[in-house]
Amino acid sequence: MANSFTRMITGRNTAVLMAMGAGTLATTFLLSDNNAAAERRRFYPPSADYPDLRKHNNCMAAALSPTIYAHLRDKATPNNWTLDQCIQTGVDNPGHPFIKTVGMVAGDEESYEVFAELFDPVIKDRHNGYDPRTMKHPTDLEASKITSGMFDERYVLSSRVRTGRSIRGLSLPPACTRSERREVERVVVTALSGLKGDLAGRYYSLGEMTDTEQQQLIDEHFLFDKPVSPLLTAAGMARDWPDARGIWHNNGKNFLIWINEEDHTRIISMEKGGNMKRVFERFCRGLKQVEHLIQERGWEFMWNERLGYILTCPSNLGTGLRAGVHIRLPLLSKDPRFKKILENLRLQKRGTGGVDTAATGDTVDISNLDRLGKSEVELVQLVVDGVNYLIECEKRLERGQDIKIPSPISQFRK
Amino acid sequence: MPFGNTHNQAKLKFSSEQEYPDLSKHNNHMAKVLTPAIYERLRSKETPSGFTLDDVIQTGVDNPGHPFIMTVGCVAGDEETYEVFKELLDPVIEARHGGYKPTDKHKTDLNSGNLKGGDDLDPDYVLSSRVRTGRSIRGFCLPPHCSRGERRAVEKLSVEALASLSGDLKGKYYALKNMTDAEQQQLIDDHFLFDKPVSPLLLASGMARDWPDGRGIWHNDNKTFLVWVNEEDHLRVISMQKGGNMKEVFDRFCTGLTKIETLFKERGHAFMWNEHLGYVLTCPSNLGTGLRAGVHVKLPNMSKNAKFEEVLTKLRLQKRGTGGVDTAAVGGVFDISNADRIGFSEVELVQMVVDGVKLLVEMEKRLEKGQSIDDLMPAQK
Repeated sequence: MANSFTRMITGRNTAVLMAMGAGTLATTFLLSDNNAAAERRRFYPPSADYPDLRKHNNCMAAALSPTIYAHLRDKATPNNWTLDQCIQTGVDNPGHPFIKTVGMVAGDEESYEVFAELFDPVIKDRHNGYDPRTMKHPTDLEASKITSGMFDERYVLSSRVRTGRSIRGLSLPPACTRSERREVERVVVTALSGLKGDLAGRYYSLGEMTDTEQQQLIDEHFLFDKPVSPLLTAAGMARDWPDARGIWHNNGKNFLIWINEEDHTRIISMEKGGNMKRVFERFCRGLKQVEHLIQERGWEFMWNERLGYILTCPSNLGTGLRAGVHIRLPLLSKDPRFKKILENLRLQKRGTGGVDTAATGDTVDISNLDRLGKSEVELVQLVVDGVNYLIECEKRLERGQDIKIPSPISQFRK
Repeated sequence: MPFGNTHNQAKLKFSSEQEYPDLSKHNNHMAKVLTPAIYERLRSKETPSGFTLDDVIQTGVDNPGHPFIMTVGCVAGDEETYEVFKELLDPVIEARHGGYKPTDKHKTDLNSGNLKGGDDLDPDYVLSSRVRTGRSIRGFCLPPHCSRGERRAVEKLSVEALASLSGDLKGKYYALKNMTDAEQQQLIDDHFLFDKPVSPLLLASGMARDWPDGRGIWHNDNKTFLVWVNEEDHLRVISMQKGGNMKEVFDRFCTGLTKIETLFKERGHAFMWNEHLGYVLTCPSNLGTGLRAGVHVKLPNMSKNAKFEEVLTKLRLQKRGTGGVDTAAVGGVFDISNADRIGFSEVELVQMVVDGVKLLVEMEKRLEKGQSIDDLMPAQK
């Protein structure tokens, strides 16, 4: 169709321009609207609109000030996305005394530039002192560099690596129009149909799947559903559900892509057992092939030197990578030193249902804490070394031997 | 929202077909009325405050509806929404309000003296009586679209006006965000407290943003007159009491509303109102009077009777559970109220409720005694 083709060309040109301008500030636009709306805003100065954040505990609330708000309120990205739209989820969800959520999202790639005055401190807070103004993020998807990536399967039940990717030139899920979302679906599904060999697979659109297909995907733990978390719904990413959402997986059922859930794409490589190296190898191979396939048609992933891969939530910047295992640690998980050991290894435990779930039995989900400032290879190696250490501890406890808390792994913040 | 879909200009790069929502599984008034042609004509428009077509319909796109319950599927962001998007909203209004045409005029009558009877509903059956409506303050955007500054301004104006009420209407304001635990519990016990909406119909329209900023409850010392500030509408005004004296409830309702309107006018603010749509509110279903007059009434026998639904329809009444909309009846006690909002005046609607409930109670008494109700069957109002 003529319009899609024009759109594709625009996307490619924008992508080229962005690539050349990487690291420089994107053009900031003032809200371009009619007189009545402008007058309304004059009548309400930024102080009248400043959110009440006194009961809030999230990174956005900690970083926002009336001064920053006054600087940024009337600015907009080229797509007309505003600061209020970025922070709405953090205003609507005060947070929890124990869990500090991020409290803001990006509507497009330019959000991170136009609203850098707020995003940068939030990124620094969330990512342990990583300073986007001065630091560079390393990207490394050479899976061959991983050593000792095969775990003892008496302990490790399954291994998984996930990340996200955004298509440059199209708005992110909080902001995208229906056309843009459908375009993301079209671009990605077309690319995925070009995968071959062990990566060949098929797409299931959420809106069109049959009941049988749906049940199959639920049984395989692949199906994602409309978000219910108010953190996500308040950001507007569930609009028009289930339009242009879907799941793609390969015939081997160990390489899976979610389309238009919280990000344009989420890419997952997983398998039963402890062969994390193979999981990561397939992950890297698949990612590279998908990237190549979209580039053939003039598209690119959002990426820059300061922030790595650009995703909707600042918590997923950099690598966007979570590499983890489901592991049985009946003795270690009850040991009072477990928490500290994990902390020093830069690992995180979750229940086997994923984020904010509880562990079932003795099985826990262990994965990397960090996303930004270390490369993919570094993070996966960290998980490999860390999990091997945990298994060693478990074995020692089995034998009645003592265990040691390892020294903390270095990061940016001292 | 003061943002939301206001990147409308960027959206116009895409064709109308590319943007058109998939409404194939939808059952709501918006989905039944909207066509690609209408979408194409309206998508480039916006109200002076920047509310767009996609803003109007988002809730209907996100909530396909139910095979049995036909929801409205669209909301207004300001008074001008009903003008700018009339090509969509007029047919929605016509469908929702039983054929109310774009050329029809709506009559307002808040003279409670015009009500006949209504003070003698049998308290053995009628447990409580209540009248509610909504009001919007002209010049401010409505809950789906207002900024925090606007919402706070609406709150401030309302609290100032209400503070001037005296006599049996004298009362106090409780801001949701400043309430003590004790105050909160008291308001829950009094059945006054409203909470952050959980219905996806409401959330999808953006009206719960920034909760609980700018929201609160005002009630008089006697606890018979209550105002909600910035929930689904700028103001919801409620008069209620135990027992069956609907006349007294309606008297207080009219007096209170008229006083509040005067207080606002003294401060240079009017309610949104016009000859065609009556009082303008967020949801098209509440246009006209925005009035729901109802009772909690015991009808254990009548409700099991095969003719119950037919009688309600003829009387232009609607039944709900005692928890309000979309709840079930408990112990044979039903919430019975007027089905209409527009095309009849406030007095006319309350009259229908008063007369209708009187008849239902009479029928209930007959059925208790094992007698027939055939001779009592009403004609279609």
